[in-house]
Amino acid sequence: MSTAVAQKKGFGAFMWDYLTTVDHKKIAHLYLVAGGLFFLLGGLEAMIIRIQLIKPDNEFISAGLYNEMITMHGTTMIFLAAMPLLFALMNAVVPLQIGARDVAFPFLNSLGFWLFFFGGVILNCSWFMGGAPDAGWTAYAPLSTTSPSHGVDFYVMGLQISGAGTLIGGINFLVTIVNMRAPGMSYMRMPLFTWTIFVTSTLILFAFPALTVGLFLMMFDRMFGSVFFDVAAGGNVIIWEHLFWIFGHPEVYILILPVFGVFSEVFATFSKKRLFGYSAMVFATVLIGFLGFMVWAHHMFTTGMGPVANSIFAVTTMAIAVPTGIKIFNWLFTMWGGAIRMTTAMLWSVAFIPTFTIGGMTGVMLAAAAADYQYHDTYFVVAHFHYVIVGGVVFGIFAALHYWWPKMFGKVLNEKLGKWAFWPFFIGFHLTFFIQHFLGLMGMPRRYWKFLDGQGLETGNLISTIGAFFMALGVIIFVWNIIYTHMKEPKASADPFDGRTLEWSIPSPPPFYNFKQTPLVRGLDALWIEKSEGKKAMTPAEPLGDIHMPYGSIIPFVMSLGLFIAGFGFIYQVDNPVWLSLVFIGMGITLGSMFVRSVKDDLGYHIHKEDLEKGDGQL
Amino acid sequence: MSNEDILNPKQMPHEPEKATLEGKNKFVGFWFFLGGETVLFASLFGTYLALNDSTAGGPGTEELFGLELVFVMTMLLLTSSLTSVYAMYHMKNNNFSKMMVWLGVTVALGLCFLGFEIYEFYHYIHEYEFTFRSSALGSAFYTLVGFHGGHVLFGLLWIMTLMGRNAKRGLNLYNAPKFYIASLYWHFIDVVWVFIFTVVYLMGKVG
Repeated sequence: MSTAVAQKKGFGAFMWDYLTTVDHKKIAHLYLVAGGLFFLLGGLEAMIIRIQLIKPDNEFISAGLYNEMITMHGTTMIFLAAMPLLFALMNAVVPLQIGARDVAFPFLNSLGFWLFFFGGVILNCSWFMGGAPDAGWTAYAPLSTTSPSHGVDFYVMGLQISGAGTLIGGINFLVTIVNMRAPGMSYMRMPLFTWTIFVTSTLILFAFPALTVGLFLMMFDRMFGSVFFDVAAGGNVIIWEHLFWIFGHPEVYILILPVFGVFSEVFATFSKKRLFGYSAMVFATVLIGFLGFMVWAHHMFTTGMGPVANSIFAVTTMAIAVPTGIKIFNWLFTMWGGAIRMTTAMLWSVAFIPTFTIGGMTGVMLAAAAADYQYHDTYFVVAHFHYVIVGGVVFGIFAALHYWWPKMFGKVLNEKLGKWAFWPFFIGFHLTFFIQHFLGLMGMPRRYWKFLDGQGLETGNLISTIGAFFMALGVIIFVWNIIYTHMKEPKASADPFDGRTLEWSIPSPPPFYNFKQTPLVRGLDALWIEKSEGKKAMTPAEPLGDIHMPYGSIIPFVMSLGLFIAGFGFIYQVDNPVWLSLVFIGMGITLGSMFVRSVKDDLGYHIHKEDLEKGDGQL
Repeated sequence: MSNEDILNPKQMPHEPEKATLEGKNKFVGFWFFLGGETVLFASLFGTYLALNDSTAGGPGTEELFGLELVFVMTMLLLTSSLTSVYAMYHMKNNNFSKMMVWLGVTVALGLCFLGFEIYEFYHYIHEYEFTFRSSALGSAFYTLVGFHGGHVLFGLLWIMTLMGRNAKRGLNLYNAPKFYIASLYWHFIDVVWVFIFTVVYLMGKVG
């Protein structure tokens, strides 16, 4: 049970190690690799969309394939790229920031990953099995319930399975943060990234079940003949819109809040200053999380809810600009007068501020319900949400990867290549999406396969497509940076950026038990306090003793595999009841592994004090 | 605490379900999970309320429901919640055999409830041709009440598995939290049923 053995093993053992791991640091690697691959896939779909729109009346892809592309681009980027990449960061960082040896439920952590992974694989199998979903990433009924191919069925099963994984992950991090903080770390001494993950996990807990129900209703309608969305039998299609957005709006805060935490860490570290207005930042995070549940119907202003509902949702939506504005100013004041180092992580963070502010401003414009009747379903909306999701979430993920890469993999990403990746992506991003505001205001609707010549839309679309190629170039340079760094760069020290929080007090990458002795936290920026008093390490809160560790397990993989098999059964039993056998086999595997997990004791093991003493972190 | 201590039935503190870090994690985590389950059922209730008069020419709630049957079911489930409280009381006093007896009573009552529910669905389908597919009301009714029934079934399997697994070894710090959260789940199922009784059956009869 030691990493010394792990270093000398073959490929099979390496794979088995990752299939069975319950170590949060390795699960972070899994999320990063899987999320990164889906990000590349979603990016490829985006490029195909932009190539189709490069000139008027283009025939690059067919109308049907175009619908599949836009649907899969949105669904993949939100559920299979952004979410897992954020889960990678949570897993890599949160236990270290709070001084814990693992998450509260290591087994469930692994299960959450494998459910997400198999859900994503089901969704993408649709490409090879009769066509991808084509009803948009929002899958509005009745467009989705009447879509003829199996595409939407794959959407339903894929998101249901990966959504279960996300919910499990959310609960896991809530309990981890509530129960497993090191001695002395009160809530108001938690690093801001941990705070944002805490609020994000709460949002996951209360938002995802609404999606679960929406997907069940859709599944029952499409696969088992129920009539929730069939108006002829008394159904109501607006129910889907409500359920989807009751989940969907908190979801955008689930995406953005973690990167708010990332920026707070990056600005403080690279300005060598304590985060300005820490308690206001915490308050703003909680307030954004709360208001996030009050605004879902602003996606439905044109549905016909009436002026009263529209006004209420317009006002709550605009109110969110206040706590967000507090955050923007606090980041600016953190940099003010600081000893700023313009590293790549800092570059992405600084670029985020004006970009996200533009996205926020168009958000307030869209919140004005009367004006929204003009913007609705145009490229103005497309521009808006790409400014907040790319300019916020993707910039934040790049910043976080540059910042925490040494902690995750033991090497600092090459700075020069990092900046070379940043500039084409940043310039390309604004080229692609800034012009789309104007295309939208000129009346170009979103999700249209073609636009026609002579309507003034040619130049804007051409510029937009050119920008997309610059973004792709940035991503390619970033991928090259990863390869280059792991071949050429030297091993990183424990604290390469002169960090402030607990994760920088242990080696890069940390030993599998993280902290040999749990640290004593004496205030916000726990490591910085010790450093400013001339100490080299944290004061331990406990004498050296045995460390309890969980055993790895293959059960999470098998459990998720069962649902994967059952998913295909559910999808195809509509054509032929024989396929129901797959449902029984798959569910049997899943329930059977739950039973095994329940009856087999799993008490874990202890690393003995003597081994810790002689190993000195190299155990 | 070593693994031997955790499995030793002779060392039981007053609140064994929260005595270890694993126990505390399970306790807090399960409460969070129930928070998510609340949203799940709230969404199902919302859907039902939006569709509760969408009969599409078929029978409506007033015609379908009989309060006598539902009253008996309610009493069965409420009583089973009480008996699970007795079981947890005996767990905290480290009285394993009495805990098992009361858990057994809980399971028996739950099974009776489930039997009545199956009969109820059978009755609606065969007497009224009121099915999952016949109207939006039917879809919403069977989904909401069926989800609850599915939870009852899962809870029964869960408690029976725990009873079977631990029958020969008694209580310890490893399995006490498992029994405790199973009982929390059982209470939650009961609370949901109180809302179903009110929103579906009472309001369906008089609303």
